Amino acid sequence: MEAEASGAVERARSGDNEAFRLLVEQYGRAIFRLAYRMTGNEEDAEDVVQETFLKAYRQIDRYEARASFSTWLHCIASNCALDLMRKRKTRERSRLRSPDPDRDVLGSIPTPTPGPDRELYSSQISASIHTALDELSGQERTAFILRHFEGLSIEEIGLALGTGTNATKHSIFRAVQKLRRSLEPLVSSAR
Amino acid sequence: MNHISMSHIDKDQLVLFYYGESAEAEAIESHLSVCEFCRSQFRALQLVLNTVDSVSVPERPADYGHAIWKRIEPRLAVRHRRPMRLWWIWAPAVAALLLGAFLAGSLWQRAGAPGVAKNQNNQQIRERILLVAVGDHLERSQMVLAELDNAPDGKGKLDISGERRMAQDLLDDNRLYRQTARTTGDNSMASVLDDLERVLLEIAHSPSEISSQQLNDLREQIESRGLLFKVRVLGSEARDSETHSMQAKPGPEKDRNSKKL
Repeated sequence: MEAEASGAVERARSGDNEAFRLLVEQYGRAIFRLAYRMTGNEEDAEDVVQETFLKAYRQIDRYEARASFSTWLHCIASNCALDLMRKRKTRERSRLRSPDPDRDVLGSIPTPTPGPDRELYSSQISASIHTALDELSGQERTAFILRHFEGLSIEEIGLALGTGTNATKHSIFRAVQKLRRSLEPLVSSAR
Repeated sequence: MNHISMSHIDKDQLVLFYYGESAEAEAIESHLSVCEFCRSQFRALQLVLNTVDSVSVPERPADYGHAIWKRIEPRLAVRHRRPMRLWWIWAPAVAALLLGAFLAGSLWQRAGAPGVAKNQNNQQIRERILLVAVGDHLERSQMVLAELDNAPDGKGKLDISGERRMAQDLLDDNRLYRQTARTTGDNSMASVLDDLERVLLEIAHSPSEISSQQLNDLREQIESRGLLFKVRVLGSEARDSETHSMQAKPGPEKDRNSKKL
């Protein structure tokens, strides 16, 4: 996948929109998965995917092959998701402060929707995981999701986010610690 | 061996071991085989992390990437089709010409000139040209707003000289389009362009490098009236109207994918 992408990346860098289309088609679903895990809902994830590719298009000149294109793209997506979540919080705060209908142009952001209610337990777990992930700081959440779900190495994450290996490692340790604190009572009660 | 020379394995080392990133994997493995306490610690860690895996992600169809491309393509094309610098140089002049042509056409129409059918046709062409120009203007404005809205937060200064220059260029066009919108009675367009002008003015008068506080102030202004969203909506409405006015005439077959949008 990366080998195929590298040719397309080079062509996209030189202004070939067709090559960029190939990259969007190749990575679209993977970026959606990451965006969904970061934001916890589909609508926000869709916005993040779109924003990620627009940003990647505008910044492709700045892409350096020190990280793989996929890693670079995942990094952009994580930042877009964090930005969106930050704005969502700001909006929610300002809505609480002054409920002016004109300010609420984007409408209310839906809460995470659990899947079909077939198993109460699994939906509880799912909601608890979303809540636990929500409680992580931006950096912890990004580092954890990139390591845990996307399988990037700690070194790659540190390089892509510009945080360095040690800080990334500690973000992951803190994230795991917090997740354990939130989820252990739930998972151990189910055993 | 630092982390396991004592009686038990450090919890962070277990995390690295879980992810296959421990430099002491072999030692940890053999320790786990003999230490019940560490084994139970590791099992508890595994249980939590494996549970996190159970969060399901809604599936997207195989052609999802293509659908995304269709959504973003109209916003990319503008940058590549035109050499930006030249466009910025000519934009005010083009906008002035369009405005002049549009107003002249409107007055001519109101005066009840002969050849009504022909004039209606001319009117349609003028409206189309104006829609294209306004659509492009809104798209460029949107880029400036989005760049600032999505700028990374940092402790140091942020260089916005590019956005500042673009805002300065956009201001002249914006005034012309706002006046046109008022003249033609399009009050909702005029009101958004009015809001946009205030923010563009603010950006144009900002220093080239701004602090994170100044960036937040600009973001507040952009977000306070949902400006980015309104500009997006108006831009896409202008594009839709442009497409409709083109479809009113017989022309080449439409792209089969356009309905997906």
